Amino acid sequence: MYDKGAARGVYIHWSSCFAEFWLVLECTMAKNNSLHPNSNGETDDSPNMLVYRKMEDVIARMQDEKNGIPIRTVKSFLSKIPSVFSGSDIVQWLLKNLCIEDQVEALHLGTLMAAHGYFFPISDHVLTLKDDGTFYRFQTPYFWPSNCWEPENTDYAVYLCKRTMQNKARLELADYEAESLARLQRAFARKWEFIFMQAEAQAKVDKKRDKIERKILDSQERAFWDVHRPVPGCVNTTEVDIKKSSRMKNPQKTRKSVYGLQNDIRSHSPTHTPAPEAKQPTEEELQEQIKFWQAQLDRHRLKMSKVAESLLSYTEQYSDYDPFLCTPDPSNPWISDDTTFWEMEASKEPGQTRVRRWGFGINEVLKDPVGREQFLKFLESEFSSENLRFWLAVQELKKRPIREVPTRVQEIWEEFLASGAPSAINVDSKSYDKTTQNIKDPGRYAFQDAQEHIYKLMKSDSYSRFIRSSAYQELLQAKKKKSKNLF
Amino acid sequence: MCDQTFLAITFGPCDNCSQNKPLMNIYLKNEPINYCSLCVELMACQGLAKGETTNTLKAESESLKAKLEEERAKLHDVELHQVAEKIEALGQFVMKTRRTLKGHGNKVLCMDWCRDKRRIVSSSQDGKVIVWDAYTTNKEHAVTMPCTWVMACAYAPSGCAVACGGLDNKCSVYPLSLDKNENLAAKKKSVAMHTNYLSSCSFTNSDMQILTSSGDGTCALWDVESGQLLQSFHGHSADVLSLHLAPSETGNTFVSGGCDKKANVWDMRSGQNVQSFETHESDINSVKYYPSGDAFATGSDDATCRLYDLRADREVAIYSRDSIIFGASSVDFSLSGRLLFAGYNDYSINVWDVLKGTRVAILFGHENRVSTVRVSPDGTAFCSGSWDNTLRIWA
Repeated sequence: MYDKGAARGVYIHWSSCFAEFWLVLECTMAKNNSLHPNSNGETDDSPNMLVYRKMEDVIARMQDEKNGIPIRTVKSFLSKIPSVFSGSDIVQWLLKNLCIEDQVEALHLGTLMAAHGYFFPISDHVLTLKDDGTFYRFQTPYFWPSNCWEPENTDYAVYLCKRTMQNKARLELADYEAESLARLQRAFARKWEFIFMQAEAQAKVDKKRDKIERKILDSQERAFWDVHRPVPGCVNTTEVDIKKSSRMKNPQKTRKSVYGLQNDIRSHSPTHTPAPEAKQPTEEELQEQIKFWQAQLDRHRLKMSKVAESLLSYTEQYSDYDPFLCTPDPSNPWISDDTTFWEMEASKEPGQTRVRRWGFGINEVLKDPVGREQFLKFLESEFSSENLRFWLAVQELKKRPIREVPTRVQEIWEEFLASGAPSAINVDSKSYDKTTQNIKDPGRYAFQDAQEHIYKLMKSDSYSRFIRSSAYQELLQAKKKKSKNLF
Repeated sequence: MCDQTFLAITFGPCDNCSQNKPLMNIYLKNEPINYCSLCVELMACQGLAKGETTNTLKAESESLKAKLEEERAKLHDVELHQVAEKIEALGQFVMKTRRTLKGHGNKVLCMDWCRDKRRIVSSSQDGKVIVWDAYTTNKEHAVTMPCTWVMACAYAPSGCAVACGGLDNKCSVYPLSLDKNENLAAKKKSVAMHTNYLSSCSFTNSDMQILTSSGDGTCALWDVESGQLLQSFHGHSADVLSLHLAPSETGNTFVSGGCDKKANVWDMRSGQNVQSFETHESDINSVKYYPSGDAFATGSDDATCRLYDLRADREVAIYSRDSIIFGASSVDFSLSGRLLFAGYNDYSINVWDVLKGTRVAILFGHENRVSTVRVSPDGTAFCSGSWDNTLRIWA
């Protein structure tokens, strides 16, 4: 049987109303869900919906008459397997249509789509994609995850109970399902009679249906439960990140009941649920925004070409130090299980590569404790170490608990800036005046201006002298000296 | 003689100006009020003026924003990947899982490296925080938090303490004792208090200060010893999901990303938002500075990662593929900034060439979402944490 409906993927539209359920045969394309604009023209942009929409776009393309996956009915022994396609068909289609180069990647994406329930293997509870002749079927949009299903255990109980009433061997409960049923029977002992009645009613309606239709529906229903009550050990793809879940849980959209056992509060389709009103900004907030944009407009920007060159040269300069690009010497401890590399870094004797790095810029010297030590030693030999010591003291101040700050500020002032200070530093008068003001109400940033001035001084003066110094050059050439006093 | 209809008017004190005048009975927000006609007119004009003011302000704000985009675009003379054509392409990478850390009973949500380059701290949904020597895979400490979903954890620079928090809206610091038998939970210190979940935390260069971001839309800087709030950062209009401190010896800035799709750069001293970028189409889950501090990368639920440069003041690269449809949860740079490691909700890790914009590798191994990715302090490896309850070290 190859009918047009089957070719386009027969979607059987399910509706339910309490103890009765009937179905309406409808060839729907993926329009009847919450991803398309509602009556206000607004789409649900929450992170989960974004992903569902993308998967559904792919599914729509897979079902395209011309360029999609060919769906067919397969003859098997005495019966027919309706509306199926093979795992390899899916993999091939993904490789061709989504610019995927690698079969492994195609398999991975396909498995994810199966795990979310968009298509499923017709003879397996485990929702995974295999690149072979295994048969798969599309899920009906009614059961798509974008409909925000949160089916209750009572529904699951009805489903499992219904399954036990069917005679087909292929519909026998799997072990984990039998266990679940037993558990649910204990949990719902009181209302089991009601559940049994529901199951009977459903089974009755099922029996009346056309055999082929029934096969398709049964498999789709089973796949739905495979997503929401996965095989133990399988990933439950309905789990959400708690940080995002509050935005998803729109009570008007969440569907809780599959078989109409409870009052489904939804009286209208999720596509017509109005989006919550966005908070309007206040006048004050708008004034702030305007000030912000004006400040941004005044910013000095660099041309992209300059920026690109800068990024390239930074990366180039450090590529030798990047263990992912250049194997560390002697080896990467994680790969070789040999920690020599770390031991060398920890030693006080800096290796050549490390010393070379200090030459990249003053920040590299200041970042490396051994670099700082050598820089300080060099400046002491020149009797000009007070700048660096001041800079280090201010850095240290910022790391102190707030309680200790006022005392420390006083100490630094006395040592470096007060008149007659033992390690007097030279700052410009503007910074000096500002600092004098700041220390009256001492905070962690009391010396910020002075520190910036000193940093600039060190960068342009002391640092370049250090790099040109014989002490540094000797370290760079790894000349071994017995005596420690090089200066 | 024609019919005349007389309007019955009440006469009395106006609710607004208190003068005795003929009153008009009107309804304001379903409440009946009695205003004199003058006050009614004034109110109507004010309302109109206010509406006009808000609308004019909105229009002004929007036109300034558009102008800013124009200015930013003017300096866009070339694409990063075009300039990067002249550098050599990267060779084939052999990146494998070198260690697998098993021990969490539930989803791993966050991890951080110790400065000793081998120890890590990790936190999970079941409230457990574990300190491991990742090199030997031994667990060294374990703490059970009183809340579930511990979404943030950080190692102190000294290596002597860890900070963590999550649904408890707090950030707590636990000093790590060498005595294995000591109950760590007893020494716990509550530092930060937010009004919604704690999404991320980081020590500044000292054990004494912690920077936090929260679902309440703010970031905050705290003094650890006293628990005092040193500075708060307001500007996001939705949950802040991630933050990263600028890797500078001299600077005082950090970047944050949130559910409002914005990435904001902040001055820690003044609390001001100094730069803002909004080009993502969904939540920004992760932000990380490029090692020079001149740029930063973001990972978002829109399935893309992007690079923003602070000097160019714009987005300079997008890392995406048609086949990647799940969100990026976490990103980090290799030491030189040439590689960007990104963990995704499709259980994989993609490695991007930052300059050329191409993907150089895709790493499979995790059996559920990758929630966190962090490169070690010396760049020799990176660690990934996942909802499959494990952490993996890759090199």
